[in-house]
Amino acid sequence: MDWIDVLLVVARVVAVFALLMGVCTLLVWFERKVVADMQNRVGPDRAGPWGILQTVADGVKLFFKEQVTPRKVELGLYLAAPMLAAVPAFLMFMVVPFGRPFTITLGGEERLVPLQGADLNVGLLYVLAMSSVAVYAVVLAGWSSGSKYPLLGGVRATAQAISYEAAMGLSLVPVVLFTGSMRISEIVAAQSSTLTFLGWNIGFPAWNVVVLAPSFLIFTISAVAETNRAPFDLVEAEQEIVGGFHTEYSGLRFALFFLAEYINMFTMSALAVTLFFGGWSGPAWDGVLPAAVSALLPTVWFFVKVLVFLFIFVWLRATLPRLRYDQLMTLGWKRLIPSSLVWLFFIGGALAVRRFGLPWS
Amino acid sequence: MAETTTAERNEAAAEIWVSGTEAPEVSEWMAASTDEGAQEMGRRETPDRAVEQRGARVVDDWVIDDAVADDERMMVNMGPQHPSTHGVLRLNLELEGEIVRRIKPVIGYLHTGMEKTAETLTFLQGPTNVTRMDYLAPLHNELCYSLAVEKLLGVDIPPRAQAIRVLMTELNRVSSHLVATATNGMDIGALSMMMYGFRERELILAFFEKTTGLRMNHNYIRPGGVAADLPDGWEDDVEEILDRIPKAMEDYEDLLKENSIWKGRTKGIGIITAEECLAYGITGPTLRAAGVDWDLRRSQPYSGIESYDFDVVTGRRGDVYDRYRVRIGEMLQSLRIVRQAAETMPRGDYKTGDRKVSPPPRRRINESMEALIHHFKIYTEGFKVPEGETYTAIESPRGELGCYLVSDGGGRPLRMHTRGPSFSNLQALPIMMADSLVADTIACIASLDPVMGDVDR
Repeated sequence: MDWIDVLLVVARVVAVFALLMGVCTLLVWFERKVVADMQNRVGPDRAGPWGILQTVADGVKLFFKEQVTPRKVELGLYLAAPMLAAVPAFLMFMVVPFGRPFTITLGGEERLVPLQGADLNVGLLYVLAMSSVAVYAVVLAGWSSGSKYPLLGGVRATAQAISYEAAMGLSLVPVVLFTGSMRISEIVAAQSSTLTFLGWNIGFPAWNVVVLAPSFLIFTISAVAETNRAPFDLVEAEQEIVGGFHTEYSGLRFALFFLAEYINMFTMSALAVTLFFGGWSGPAWDGVLPAAVSALLPTVWFFVKVLVFLFIFVWLRATLPRLRYDQLMTLGWKRLIPSSLVWLFFIGGALAVRRFGLPWS
Repeated sequence: MAETTTAERNEAAAEIWVSGTEAPEVSEWMAASTDEGAQEMGRRETPDRAVEQRGARVVDDWVIDDAVADDERMMVNMGPQHPSTHGVLRLNLELEGEIVRRIKPVIGYLHTGMEKTAETLTFLQGPTNVTRMDYLAPLHNELCYSLAVEKLLGVDIPPRAQAIRVLMTELNRVSSHLVATATNGMDIGALSMMMYGFRERELILAFFEKTTGLRMNHNYIRPGGVAADLPDGWEDDVEEILDRIPKAMEDYEDLLKENSIWKGRTKGIGIITAEECLAYGITGPTLRAAGVDWDLRRSQPYSGIESYDFDVVTGRRGDVYDRYRVRIGEMLQSLRIVRQAAETMPRGDYKTGDRKVSPPPRRRINESMEALIHHFKIYTEGFKVPEGETYTAIESPRGELGCYLVSDGGGRPLRMHTRGPSFSNLQALPIMMADSLVADTIACIASLDPVMGDVDR
C-alpha cells in the first residue's frame, strides 16, 4: 500500500461525503415537491429552476441564524448531540457500494477502486452499530435540552429505537444466512446472477427479495421507524410534543439534525436496495456500449432503485396518520419481532436441509 | 402633586376592587381581583378539586392510584402556544410518563369582551360583532343573533330570505366541518387530509365571498333578512359545490375510513357517554356521536328548515371515530338541504318590507321623504326593539348556539349573552381524557373541534 492507495481512500471518502451532501439537498427538495404534488400544492418553486435550490437557501439561512441556547441545558451534551446525529449518518453510508468497482492504472500499476467508502468484512454489523449510535443523539438531545417536550421525545426515541433495532437486526440475519457473508459487496455479488427455478433460468435477477420477502417487509418497516419518519415519527410528532427532541435547537444545530434525518433516509433506502434488490447490479451491456458508459450504468441502476424507495418513504408520509406510542410498541414487539424470529427459524431450517439433507435421510 | 405613600395607593386601589373590606397587600388584591392563577389545576392534596378536575363528579370511574411517586409526575402546560391546541387553548396536564392522569383546560386567552361590546352597538350593527365569535361558522352566529332580535321585534321574514339563510348556514356547516375533519386529520398525522379539507372549503368560501363580499365575518344575515340577494349565477356555483364536494369526500373516505392506523388512533379513544354529555350540556356532533338523537334543526326548527328533508346523523360509541363519522354524515346531509334549498328557492324580497327595520332601497331615498327619514333613523339611532328578553338557539356546527338578548325598548341591547357550544363542549375534555396517552389528548381536542373565539368571546 503506497501513498497513491492512501490518496484513493481519501478520495473515496470525500466523494461519498460530497455525494451525501448533494443527495440530501436534492432529497429535501424531492420530498417537498412530491408531497406538494400529492396534496395539490405547488411546493417550492422560487429558488432556482423548479425551486431546486430551496434547500441550499434554507441551509444558508439556518447557517446564519442565531443559535439560541436555553438556560437550563446540559451544555456539553446539548452541543454534542447534533454532531452525534450527523456523524453516524455519514459513516453509515460508507459501507454501501453505489457502483461497480473499476480498475484504474496509477503509478504504473492497476488498482481496483470499489465505489464504496470502505468494504468492511463486518459491513452489516457496522451498519447496525452506526444506527444504534445515531439513537444516542436523539436521546441525549431530548434529555439535555432541560425542557419537557424534548424529554418526552427523548423517552419515546429510546423505546422506539430499542424495539425497532431488534426487529431490524433480526430481519437482516436471514440475509446473512442466505448469502453467507456480512460483507456488503459480497451480498451484492450474490444477487447479480439470474434466478433458476426448477432447473429453468427464468431470467429474473436473483434478488434476495424473491426468497426473503418477509425479511424485506420487516426491514422496510423497521427502517422507516429507525429513521423516525412518518408514520413512525413520534419522536418529533409536531402535533403532540411540538418538535420532540429538537424543540430547543435552532440554527446550525437544528440543521445538523435535519441533515442527519435525510441522510439516514437515503442510507436506509440504499441498504434496502443493496440487501434485497441487488444493489448496483443490473444490465451493463459490456462490449456493446462504450466502456465508460458500461462502467457508469450500474451506478445509474443503483440510484434509480434508491429513488423508488425514497418515493415510497415520501408517499408513506403523505398518506398515513401517525401511530400512537403504545401501538408502535405493540407493532414492534408483538408483530415484527415474533414474525422475524419465526421466519429466521424457518429459513435456518431450510438452509440446513439444503446443505445437510433431511435429518432422517 | 402631593406625594402619596404606598399604603395610601394600596388603599385607593383596594377601594376600587373590594370596597368595604380591609385593604390587603397589593399582591393579594391583584390575585383576588384578577383571578390570576385561579384557573390552574389544583394540587392532588385537595382530593375534592382533583376529583372535580378529573370530571369524575358525574360518573365515578376514577380510582385514585397513589402507588406512583410524586417525582414520576410531570406537569406540562400544553399551550397556549402549541401547534395543535386550535388557537390559544391551554391545558394543564399531569403526566406520568406518557399517560395523562389529570387535565384541566384553561381558557380566556382570546377573550375580547364581545358580549359587552354588543351593548354599545345598535341591533343592526350587532351581527358585525357576533360574527367574529365562532369564526369558522360566522353565518350561524349572525343567524342566531338576528333570530333573537326578530323574535323581540316580531317581524315576518320573507320566504326567500329564509331560504337564503338556510342555504348559507348549511353551506357554512359544511365548510366548518371540512375544517374540523381536516384539522382532525392533521392532528393525528394525516397531513394530506389537512390540505384536502381546506381545498374543498375554498370552494364554499369563494361562493361566500361572491355573495357577501367577504370570506369570513360576513355580516350578511341581519335582523330583517339578509344584506344582499344571491349574486347572478349563484345556481351554477352551488351546483359546482354540490358536485365537487361529495366527490372529494369519497377521497377522504378512501384515505381514512378503513385506514387501520386511523381506526387504531380514533376508535375507543376519548369516549364520552350520552349520560355524561347530558350532564355537562354537551351538544352538537359530540352529543350525536354518543348516540343521542338531538338536533335543534329538527326539535326547534328555525328559518323554515323543517320544510327540507334531512336525517340527523348519530353515532354509537361516542369516541373520536364516531365524531368523525358524524361530521362526514352531517356534511352530506347539509349538502342535501342545500340542494333542496337551491331547487326550491322562492322568488321575492330578500329582506323584510318593514321600513322601520330594514333600510329602504337607495333610489327610494331620492324620491320619498319618508324613506329618507327611515334611512336616517336606522343608521343613526338604530331601530327600536320592544322591551323584553329572549333566548334563541340554533344548531351551529359545534352544537347549540344560543343568544340571550334583553332589550329595554331602546336601539341597543341592554344585555347580550351567547351560549357558545365550544365552551360547554370543552368541559368534556377531562372526562374523555381519563388515563389516556398524550397523543390521544390531541385527538380528543381535534374531535371536539373547539373554536377559541367561541369559547372566550
